Amino acid sequence: MIPAVIDGIYRAESRRVLATLIRLLGDFDLAEEALHDAFRAALEVWPRDGVPANPMAWLVSTGRFKGIDAMRRRKRLQPLDAAQHMETDQPDDHLFHDDQLRLIFTCCHPALSRDAQVALTLREVCGLTTEAIAHSFLTPAPTIAQRIVRAKAKIRDAHIPYEIPSLAELPARLDTVLRVVYLVFNEGYSASSGDTQVRADLLGEAIRLGRLLLELCPEPESLGLMALMQITDSRRAARVTAEGEIVLLEDQDRSLWNRTQIEEGQALLERALSARGSGEPAPGPYAIQAAIAAVHAEARSAAATDWSQIVALYDLLARIDPSPVIALNRAVAVAMRDGAAAGLSLIDAILIQGDLDEYHLAHAARADLCRRLGRIEESRAAYQRALALTRQEPERRFLARRLREL
Amino acid sequence: MKYLCLIYAAEKAMQSMSKDEGEAMYKDYYAFTEDIRKSGHYLGGNPLQPVHTATTVRVRNSQMSTTDGPFAETTEQLGGYYLIEAADLNGAIQVAAKIPGAKYGSIEVRPVASM
Repeated sequence: MIPAVIDGIYRAESRRVLATLIRLLGDFDLAEEALHDAFRAALEVWPRDGVPANPMAWLVSTGRFKGIDAMRRRKRLQPLDAAQHMETDQPDDHLFHDDQLRLIFTCCHPALSRDAQVALTLREVCGLTTEAIAHSFLTPAPTIAQRIVRAKAKIRDAHIPYEIPSLAELPARLDTVLRVVYLVFNEGYSASSGDTQVRADLLGEAIRLGRLLLELCPEPESLGLMALMQITDSRRAARVTAEGEIVLLEDQDRSLWNRTQIEEGQALLERALSARGSGEPAPGPYAIQAAIAAVHAEARSAAATDWSQIVALYDLLARIDPSPVIALNRAVAVAMRDGAAAGLSLIDAILIQGDLDEYHLAHAARADLCRRLGRIEESRAAYQRALALTRQEPERRFLARRLREL
Repeated sequence: MKYLCLIYAAEKAMQSMSKDEGEAMYKDYYAFTEDIRKSGHYLGGNPLQPVHTATTVRVRNSQMSTTDGPFAETTEQLGGYYLIEAADLNGAIQVAAKIPGAKYGSIEVRPVASM
């Protein structure tokens, strides 16, 4: 009975307790040990004395106590100043809230590599095990473990502060955090390699992180990213067949799209577009991408889609956040609006630049447009190139099928 | 906490600067050094002679050997350093970003280990 309660609290609150313990103890590893000691103590004490009125406060002060104890035993860390001790006697929601933000911003500190930011965020903020992270990214567990150990060592040894960035730094620092969430989402949405296209665990974590950020830091781009993730993820059930085969956007059964997610996404998008962020009046790249996803969500079919609006949104996106991949997506939208030939000449111009030469989707898009134009030999060559570049099994099967059907 | 800011830049590009550019850079460095002296970040700092003056020394089996040139051939060379005091890495990064050399080359920020 009580162990079940503790289990529930562990799942729901352990990360928040950890975030506060890291501040109080000044060390990630020590805080993690203290967190587990606190829960172990709860399993002993609560069945006897009952669940305390404020379980979080109990866990924090027990954890802090255990942590200081461990510190004394090891005598390797500096004692804490008295002010920090005082703060915990009455931990309130405001402090918990700030500690969670401190944890996120520290895990996504720009002085850490992108890979380390992702691994550390999933480990510390989401509470995923090293093995789960390794499995999700198809990376050997020791590699992930090493990334996490190195990142923690850098935080400790280079003195990366456990703090919320100042208002002046916030936009740039939030951008790094959002990028980490977006990266987790993208890997979940279409895995870069492996047997399945969708990784539900990563999608779930990205959306959970997005929600947390929205709660902690409701800036327009936090809203925009959450809207983008919800609307994009609404198509999950329609994107693959029961056999795990890819279904393209134009062929999807749109009645399978999750209306609740779409509606939530649309509402978030409206808030993102009407919000005036810290001196940033124009919508940011996530809000624009969410708007593109929303145009798809509103269309009954691929043919009924407002492609002109999608092209216009890509134009806007290309102006504020130019990249070859955005140019490619724009070219595909132009092909839908103006015909395959118009899209193909744009794609060929992009491919000449060379940046997307190794990007399988660029060749797959070229192959598709050539196929539509009846340029079969060119289409075959492009499908073969895409096939050679993709590392994901369902994509491989899809491209092979298209090649056979030519 | 002490941080060493190592200033790397392509020596050739620095040497091919015009007289005016060179003077402007010198003035920038002078102003920057004054600023961090006043703000209390400054502990020390110096420009270095070009890498052609470098000698690399090794002792193996009690035998000393020297080679002409820097430890590693790189596209950007170590050209100077500042030793600064900062509360944490964020503070050190903010100081490093104002080093004039950050605009031409790169600044490596390294925490100094306390012994």
